[in-house]
Formats: sequence, structure tokens, C-alpha cells
Amino acid sequence: MTEHIVVVGGGTGGTVLANRLAEKLGPEIERGDARVTLVSDDPDHVYKPTFLYVPFGKKTVEDAKRPLADLVDRAVDIEIDRVTGIDTDGKRLSLRDGGSMAYDQLALALGAQLVPEELPGLAEGGHHFYGPDGADALRDEMAEFTEGHLVLSVIGTPHMCPAAPVEFVLMADAWFRERGLREDVEITYTYPIQRAHAIQNVADWASEAFEERNINVETFFNADEVDPEEGVLHSMEGTELDYDLLVGIPPHAGSDLVTEAGLGDDGWADVDKHTLESEHAEDVYVLGDLADVPTSKAGSVAHYEAGAVADRIASRTRGQTPTATYDGKTVCFIESGMDEATFVDFEYGTQPTVREPSKPVHWAKLGYNESYWLTARGLL
Amino acid sequence: MSETELDPDVTIDSRGATCPGPLMDLIGKVKEADPGTVIELQTSDSGSKGDVPEWLDEAGHDLLETVEHDDYWSMYVEIN
Repeated sequence: MTEHIVVVGGGTGGTVLANRLAEKLGPEIERGDARVTLVSDDPDHVYKPTFLYVPFGKKTVEDAKRPLADLVDRAVDIEIDRVTGIDTDGKRLSLRDGGSMAYDQLALALGAQLVPEELPGLAEGGHHFYGPDGADALRDEMAEFTEGHLVLSVIGTPHMCPAAPVEFVLMADAWFRERGLREDVEITYTYPIQRAHAIQNVADWASEAFEERNINVETFFNADEVDPEEGVLHSMEGTELDYDLLVGIPPHAGSDLVTEAGLGDDGWADVDKHTLESEHAEDVYVLGDLADVPTSKAGSVAHYEAGAVADRIASRTRGQTPTATYDGKTVCFIESGMDEATFVDFEYGTQPTVREPSKPVHWAKLGYNESYWLTARGLL
Repeated sequence: MSETELDPDVTIDSRGATCPGPLMDLIGKVKEADPGTVIELQTSDSGSKGDVPEWLDEAGHDLLETVEHDDYWSMYVEIN
């Protein structure tokens, strides 16, 4: 019997997992005792953190992608197709183009979806840097923007890369200064809760940085409507903000597949936060942004989760009891200007320390962005 | 275990979520709710006892009651 392990999703979580499985189960795959298939509807792997640099002209959206086939171990079968249904009782996936696929162990790494249409007026009135088209359009707007009010609004949580909105306004401040335009550009940052970031220590650090750099902060600001005609952003709390350029972090959603398969009732999958095993189905793991665990929706989380899931799947495949767990480890670089950055790392239940930003950390981040492709291959 | 006579229209189970999960779950439901709706927010995060009333004040809704259970709190909110 060949154990068929199916990984769905070709982002960080799915790609690292597939490569780790190829490495750990090399002998079993060689003998025909195990088979690993990666299913993705996109032949390219996309490294989303690249998009943060696009509005400032530092990267292009092309820099963010590489063919999956170049990143995934040859021992893994790549299937470019879209999963349209998951039958966890019959252990079978429905595919848009290819009928169905049986699995023995399943890992879902489908990521989070952007749903700007959930906020009236946002698609028409707002910009974002969370996808290729949005980042390109925002680059064009930023290039033309020489005066006025730039508002960055975090519209709901959870969202991918929780540090990115803070980074964007700090980078924008430095970028406009470099170009001699800062005095003509007002910058406002809004956040839904009573502080500038969900993590208290990051909020404290960001609030101080915002004050030093004359960036306005509106907390308890839950955007409920954008009026593109008037250039006004309205909040549930009754606040109105006039904007000339609105950067809105769009609402995020999980996957209908999760809800339809009974793996979570709101699109995010219910899993044990340490084993990443589904609470509702046998032999189903969920990792990356799709998993409802109490940490950030960040690439590093997907990466570390993939390591634990690979160990667990490999143990099960060999008939052993899995012992590897994910402890919530999260590492985030935070750009705090155009040439300085800091980073935070934390685990479940711990608060990160925000270190003094420095140029070496900024260069380390740029270096990491390049070496990320080794991460995706499972080498780092 | 404490009891209440309040009969919520909507119950949000945010037990196990850490800050700001429960508050954001509540805000998400408030966006869809009509005036007069009573929402029960179940939270095991003690920070919610501060966050939630502060946001309700800001947004103009009422905290009717907070009931303490063995390992979580039920916060009853009325939408204005």
C-alpha cells in the first residue's frame, strides 16, 4: 500500500511542507511506500512580502513569483488544479479539472483571501499592497501623490502580515521625506482596537515612532463605509476621515471549502494549536493563514508549522506515534523606514521585545527576502 | 456558575482566542446586527473585560451584564 499524502496550496506553508516531506520520506517515496502530491491552482509560488516594496518602486510584482516547479523537490508530484470539494469521510478531493483525488493524509494550506467587497466603497475608493494588481496600482498613485492626506486604515482583523500596515506608514513617512514632500503630505494610521497594534509591545513601540514622525493615529476606528465621491472614510464609531489617498488593508476571509467540509464554520479551520490536526476530521492537517490558531497570519508561522506537520505526517506514514508540535513560534521583520528595520519573535502566550531599529536589520531583511527562495525549497 | 435571565439573539463563542480576537469577533457581529439585538460574547481572555466595555462606550452600545463562568466570561451586549 502506498501512503498518499496530499498537500493543497502552493504558498509558503504548502511548498515548505511538500519539500520537507520529500526530504523526510525520501526512502519511503523511493520504495513506493509513500507518495506526495502538491495541488495548487497557480503554477507560480508567490512571496507576498515583496508587495510591501512595490508602492515605493523598490520591487516589482514579478520579483514576487517563481514557478512552483523550480522550488518543489522532484520527488513531489505537482498537480495544477483547483480543489472544489473535500470529503473527509471518503478521504477524497474533488478537482475542477481532474475528477477527484484520494488521500490518506491531507494538509490544507490554502491561505487567506482578500474580500474588499465586504466594505462598501472600498474597492472603488481604496488601494492596497496585498496583491499584485493592488500593489501596482498603488505604486502609480504614490508616484503621482505629491500633497494631501494619506490614510492607511486597518479594516478588520485578522489580516496577513500584521506588521505590514505599521511598516507601510513608517516607510511612506521616510519615502516622502527623501523626496522633499513630507511637509505637504499628512499621514494618518487607523486601527480597530484601542491601541495601534494587537500586540501590546508592538503597539507601544509603533505609537512612539508615529509620534516622533508626526503620523496621526486613530484608534477604535472600524471602517464601515468608504465614500469615493467625497473622499471620506466613515467608521462604526462615528468618526469621519477625509482622505486624498486611501490605503485600506482589505477584510480577509478563509475558505468556503473549509466551511463546506465541516472543518470550521466561518471559513477558518479549527485545529489543535500545537498539532495542527483538524478538530473535526481524521488525518487532516491545516497550516498557514487558513488555520485558526492564536498567532499571526505570517509566512514565518506557515514555515514553522510546516516543519511540525511534516514531522507528524512522516511519523504516521512510518507507523510511529507523532511527537512534533508547533509552539506558536513567529518571527517578523518590521521595516521602520526606508533604511532601518527591527524584528520581533514570540511564541504562544509570550510578548515580543521590540529592539531598537537599525540599518543592519534592514539589510538582513532585504537579504532574507532574496534567500526566501531557499526557505521555500525547505533548505532554510 | 452564575446565571442570567438575559436571552441573547446571537451568541459568539470566542473562547480560546486571545486579544483582540474576542473584541474583533464582537465588532464583526455588531456590523451586521440591527438595533435592539442582544449579543452574548463568550470569552476566556481576561483582557476582554477591559477592551469590550471601552469599545462599547466609544461605539455607543450597552454592556448589559457580565457573567462569570468556571473558565470563561459571558458579556451581554445590546446594540443601539
